[in-house]
Amino acid sequence: MGIALNEGLSQISLIFIYAAMAVYTAAFLTFANHLSRLASEKKKIRGEATKIERIAIILMIIASLLHGVGVLLRGIAASRVPWANMYEFSITGSFVVVAIFLFALAIKDIRLIATFVSGFTLLILGSATAIFYVEVKSLMPALQSYWLVIHVTVAILATAFFNIAAALSIAYILKTAAWVEKSKLKLVGTMKRILAMFPAVDKIEKLAYRFNIIGFILWSFTLIAGAIWAERAWHRYWGWDTKEVWTFIIWTIYAGYLHANATRGWTGKRSAWLALVGFVAILFNFTVVNLFFKGLHVYSGLK
Amino acid sequence: MVISSSRFDGDIATPELSLAGWSRWIWRQLTSMRTALLLLLLLAIAAVPGSVFPQRSADPNGVTTYFDNNPQLAPVLDAMQLFDVYTSAWFSAIYILLFISLIGCVVPRTGVHYRALLTPPPAAPKLFARMPASLSVKFAKNTDVPERAEKLLRKMGYRVVRNGKAVSAERGYLRETGNLVFHFSLIGVLFAVGVGGGLSFSGQRVLVEGETFVNNLASYDSFAPGTFFHENMLVPFSMNLKKFEVDFDLKNQTNVGTPLDFRAYVSSQLTPTSKPVDSLIRVNEPLEMPGANIYLTGNGYAPHITIRDKEGNVIFAGANAFLPQSTTYTSLGVIKVPDTARQFGIIAFFYPTVDTLSTGALTSIYPAPIDPLLTMNVYEGDLGLDGGVPKNVYALDTSNMKQIAGGKSGVKGLRLTLGETVELPNGLGTVTFDDIRRFASLDVSYNPGGIWVLAFALLALAGVTTSLLVPRRRVWVRQTTDGFEVAALARGDDPILEKVVTEIAAELKKKEKK
Ligand code: HEM
Repeated sequence: MGIALNEGLSQISLIFIYAAMAVYTAAFLTFANHLSRLASEKKKIRGEATKIERIAIILMIIASLLHGVGVLLRGIAASRVPWANMYEFSITGSFVVVAIFLFALAIKDIRLIATFVSGFTLLILGSATAIFYVEVKSLMPALQSYWLVIHVTVAILATAFFNIAAALSIAYILKTAAWVEKSKLKLVGTMKRILAMFPAVDKIEKLAYRFNIIGFILWSFTLIAGAIWAERAWHRYWGWDTKEVWTFIIWTIYAGYLHANATRGWTGKRSAWLALVGFVAILFNFTVVNLFFKGLHVYSGLK
Repeated sequence: MVISSSRFDGDIATPELSLAGWSRWIWRQLTSMRTALLLLLLLAIAAVPGSVFPQRSADPNGVTTYFDNNPQLAPVLDAMQLFDVYTSAWFSAIYILLFISLIGCVVPRTGVHYRALLTPPPAAPKLFARMPASLSVKFAKNTDVPERAEKLLRKMGYRVVRNGKAVSAERGYLRETGNLVFHFSLIGVLFAVGVGGGLSFSGQRVLVEGETFVNNLASYDSFAPGTFFHENMLVPFSMNLKKFEVDFDLKNQTNVGTPLDFRAYVSSQLTPTSKPVDSLIRVNEPLEMPGANIYLTGNGYAPHITIRDKEGNVIFAGANAFLPQSTTYTSLGVIKVPDTARQFGIIAFFYPTVDTLSTGALTSIYPAPIDPLLTMNVYEGDLGLDGGVPKNVYALDTSNMKQIAGGKSGVKGLRLTLGETVELPNGLGTVTFDDIRRFASLDVSYNPGGIWVLAFALLALAGVTTSLLVPRRRVWVRQTTDGFEVAALARGDDPILEKVVTEIAAELKKKEKK
């Protein structure tokens, strides 16, 4: 049995990722410009905002196409799915976030978190290329399973939905925060005007909830698929391996979030915070747990 | 946004001072939504330390190392059960309370839901405009609006009652059904995990090519039974390891020496007289035998060695498993020769593809046997096997032995290439490196609860999906003097409530036009 790794192609893939980062940077700056224009007191400046937003969206689409080609080439270079180590998981995962976001632009209310999404994608790609990068490698036999495709695809999708919801929760929290309301700082004042452009808080809350429930269903499936795979690969469906522990913690936090949405006194701000805590746990699971905790899921590919 | 299930979240009543009053009050607190929420969050927090400290169940060696490195702190943590978080008293307490709360919550809810299923949708409200979504339509020819609304809503899957000029409809009962199925399934998962874990077992066995494993307690190198496990539950099949193959990557620069595939070719028999069945075990593909799954967990080399005494009588012949020490399979093995006048033992290193470092030390540079070498240090003296205490076959206790070859003994260690025979020191005889075999580390385990856990988990997934995605709403239509009105009320999240109202109104109008 043999595999063909194509290092030349993985280098080309990397170039595409860098190119995507450059265009995401442009998109991010343009979205930021759009927001600041919206916040302007001058009518003329505000009037140009829509045009700017359209340019930013086009930039983001171009960036996502470059990004997508980079992901695809990486997969071809490794002759397998491109999500077997942290670098690959980062580039594929962030691509899915952007793709879902671009589709979700059909929902008008979501546009205003574009600055956050493009900035976040840039951050992920930056750390992927700077910290997590590894040359293409074959899969260790434990990872050679179609469950890698199923389990990880769904995990990436779930993360993308939670990610967008988290952005909405941040908007919610800022919009309802007392310190923002009271602050006399100029910067906060600008932010307040930007936030005023956002949909009403209850609309943001509802939108975040809808992204979170899809995320939760997908995450539940991730958990079950992971257990089925663990039964095949590690001889037990559940063993409280560090990564299993964190998958469970995240699931439990979001279950708490769903309850909070039906508990008097816990809707609104508290549940927004819970959703944010859940997303921080996801980021923690992906970074700190992968890099520093001992366990069976040592798949970062870093030494 | 979501309509609060206030039934389960009632105000805290001042308790009466009787025992019954207190118990009722405690029960009500325990089964309130707020308690469920807090217990869930508490469970999430309580699970964290298990990922920070090594756990006895997942990483027993890590616990030992932790004790060695932190002799002061470790016993304190141990007293707090921080090395057994998921079986600890405090973790158990949280999830048991959570499940009591769960039962106390869903059982009454089931009754409520059952009655709701039998109750017709409630009568139309007085003021439609007060509802979250409503529309008033002016239309002259409105006489048959109630009939048509009834027909339309029925077609849309609503349960409908007509009440004179008004129609009440409700849909999405499945939402609550899904919710109940989900919560009950969680109880099923917990139950299956508990019972299945008790009936399960997990054992390990190292098998060299050519050897046969018989499934009984004595054949295992190590064995961990669940609480309810009984020896009789082992089905006495046998399995022979015919051949073990590994593919290493030689082609791709960045990847040289990386294992690509492991294959164990085995032949199994259910009874000594039944026909042997050939199968292949790979890393993600265990062999499924009755009451046992056989997994491949590790592998390595087992050089076959023959030792003869001075007269040429064979005093040892066999292939001991050597433990790999590196990714290039530099491997360490121990050979004990007790059945001679002078007992001796050998600590041996095997290098599949040998190379010499600049320090002069040997190393292996590739995991496959391209240029194999076996080196041996020999020790003479008491092997310590007579005490009756089981000894680790991978370690040689040299405390009562004298090194007679290798190290500082003054005699060079032995070096053997494949097929070579060399003299042992002190006239102990000769040793021959006959053959290179491989061994497979096998994990034999079984958990009869697994399939039930999966079944309940999938049921829970189906339940929660239904419960989160099926909208539950009430719709009312009423004929007015100059047209009709439509109103709707969501129970739970409903992204399309307004749209539904508009569509129903449009539909009722459209039909009118014909
Ligand atoms: C192991 C513990 C529990 C877990 C993992 C859990 C999980 C969940 C999840 C994921 C949901 C949202 C999906 C749905 O609506 O079906 C939910 C909803 C709900 N849970 Fe639980 N739950 C637990 C215990 C409880 C307890 C103890 C109660 C009662 C006090 C409870 C009452 C409810 C209610 C009323 C809803 C519906 C909320 C709504 O209307 O949106 N749950 N639960």
